Amino acid sequence: MRIELERRPEVSRLYSILSPFIALALTIFFGGIMFLLLGKDPVSALYSFFIEPLMEVWSLHELAIKAAPLILIAVGLSVCYRSNNWNIGAEGQFIMGAIAGSILPVVFYEWHSPLVLPLMMLLGMLGGALFAGIPAFLKAHLNTNEILSSLMLVYVAQLFLDWLVRGPWRNPGGMNFPETRTFDPITILPEMITSGRAHWGFGFAIIAAVLIWFMMRYTLKGFEITVLGQSERAGRFAGFSSRKMIWFSMLLSGALAGLAGIAEVSGAIQQLRPVISPGYGFTAIIVAFLGRLNPLGIVVAGLVLALTYLGGEAVQVSLQISDKPIKVFQGMLLFFVLSCDTLIHYKIRMMWFDLSDKPVGEVR
Amino acid sequence: MGIFEAILLTVITAATPLVLAALGELVTERSGVLNLGVEGMMVMGAACAFIATQQTGSPYIGILAGIASGAVFSLLFGFLTLTLVANQVATGLALTILGLGVSGMIGEAYVGQSGIKLPQIVFPILSDIPFIGPLLFRQDLIFYLSIALVIGVQWFLFRSRAGLKLRSVGDSHSSAHALGINVIRTRYLAVMFGGGCAGLAGAQLSLVYTPQWVENMSAGRGWIALALVVFASWRPWRVVIGGYLFGAVSISQLYAQAFGVGIPSQFLSALPYLATIVVLILISHNRRMTLINTPASLGKPFVPDR
Repeated sequence: MRIELERRPEVSRLYSILSPFIALALTIFFGGIMFLLLGKDPVSALYSFFIEPLMEVWSLHELAIKAAPLILIAVGLSVCYRSNNWNIGAEGQFIMGAIAGSILPVVFYEWHSPLVLPLMMLLGMLGGALFAGIPAFLKAHLNTNEILSSLMLVYVAQLFLDWLVRGPWRNPGGMNFPETRTFDPITILPEMITSGRAHWGFGFAIIAAVLIWFMMRYTLKGFEITVLGQSERAGRFAGFSSRKMIWFSMLLSGALAGLAGIAEVSGAIQQLRPVISPGYGFTAIIVAFLGRLNPLGIVVAGLVLALTYLGGEAVQVSLQISDKPIKVFQGMLLFFVLSCDTLIHYKIRMMWFDLSDKPVGEVR
Repeated sequence: MGIFEAILLTVITAATPLVLAALGELVTERSGVLNLGVEGMMVMGAACAFIATQQTGSPYIGILAGIASGAVFSLLFGFLTLTLVANQVATGLALTILGLGVSGMIGEAYVGQSGIKLPQIVFPILSDIPFIGPLLFRQDLIFYLSIALVIGVQWFLFRSRAGLKLRSVGDSHSSAHALGINVIRTRYLAVMFGGGCAGLAGAQLSLVYTPQWVENMSAGRGWIALALVVFASWRPWRVVIGGYLFGAVSISQLYAQAFGVGIPSQFLSALPYLATIVVLILISHNRRMTLINTPASLGKPFVPDR
């Protein structure tokens, strides 16, 4: 058997919309097989993974809490990836944003003012942007591969946070636990609606997604991002600077990841701990691709991936299995998303028998 | 055995997985494919090697399982990027995410079990040479394999016809295709070689470095291996130099922690990652040199026209 690709004359509109759904269906199918191999009833496992979390008001709030950082980060990453800047260190920028924003409630905890909360959010964005500025500077001016430098900085950020909460920022009245003092109520991001826990982080995510969608679709900047991403050479002829684009996309995605970090810490955790993220920065990469790098698609994709976190927790309780299937689900999903995207640009032909008499590479 | 010898021995143990994984990735990249999934293949290798060893009692079967799992796992990447021409960067990331997930799941039952350490193979006479003997001739099979592979890859790439073909595929896939070289098949084989090496590197972690299974036990070594390939400017013997330098950095921070240097341990643990960035800067700031060394088709998809 052989698989042959034939380039479509134009991009298939049908499959651009359909491909994420095919990927989801395949993931659910193979997820069922995985549960079967684990010796669990696949139907009830999939039910508690994907449906149960949607049935209760409180768990819908949890969904919004988990989706908020994923959407915020992924929207920023979509700008990076569209402009061909491979920032994969959002996890580190998330952590540094959380740390920068926490300076006020942890170090200046005696300062009570309505200004504190907005300042925290700004500091969070600043922290994330500055941390993303390192790989941006290295790529724009020293030609260093941003994939590797941004990823290495994730480990550095994790260790820095670990040092802070065990060292200088440890809660003096906290029985030596590695955590900071809990935030003052005035520094806590308020809930969006009164029916549950979901905080304004989700609101930020929706606002960011709409703004970036508008920028990509209706502004010159959006056009510049697309052109430089598809062909740097064409962009140069149009007078766009790829160096400035590196700075713009990395700082933007860093700021959004930083905002996600401080919103998560201030809204959900309400103190700093050695680990503040279950890998949001990496899962957001999957969100960005599942949303086809389109900010509005990313909102939907963020909710889907947030569901895998909740579903993972649900099956832990209902089926007595570990949280490990979450990562497998997420990894499979990205795989299927990437393979289904092929359908957009190519027709796929299965050649069960090799009937072609043309030798390979024959000139037409 | 003197303290200096002891330190060098630990450096060798820390460097071997880096050398192996980087060497495999070097061959993959020489064929024009950028596989960012080294971390995922490595951790799969570590998990499968450990599980196979626990099941059979033989670490040698463990080694085979490690290599096989890395190679099979890399086929997923190959299918997506070579057959379905998916984006190589994104697919590599997917491989890493999936590898960390699957290894965590299959290895869960083995957490906390004490493993079987790969035995040393002692060369008679040679191992009695003072200093060099214990360092080089009283090692385990994976160390010997790493040395043999460096020599083998150097010979293969620059002295054999198949190696020349592989490099031509990496430098200009259209020209290679026009000359009748099967680009896709060459790249599949190169990807699988890279996967096998990463799996072997993983087996070293769970059979030699720390004979047990811990989730995420590769701890970023796959990414450091990717940086090493750039550092080595795609030359096998420079991978050895780079690998041993990085091994020395990661060991030095352990010793600094043990001797209680007045620096917080977290800063010392960050050293290998910071060193990677510094090295990348030093190597790549010269744009022209980078351009000359990098395989020209690296990361570019190839669809044979027919």
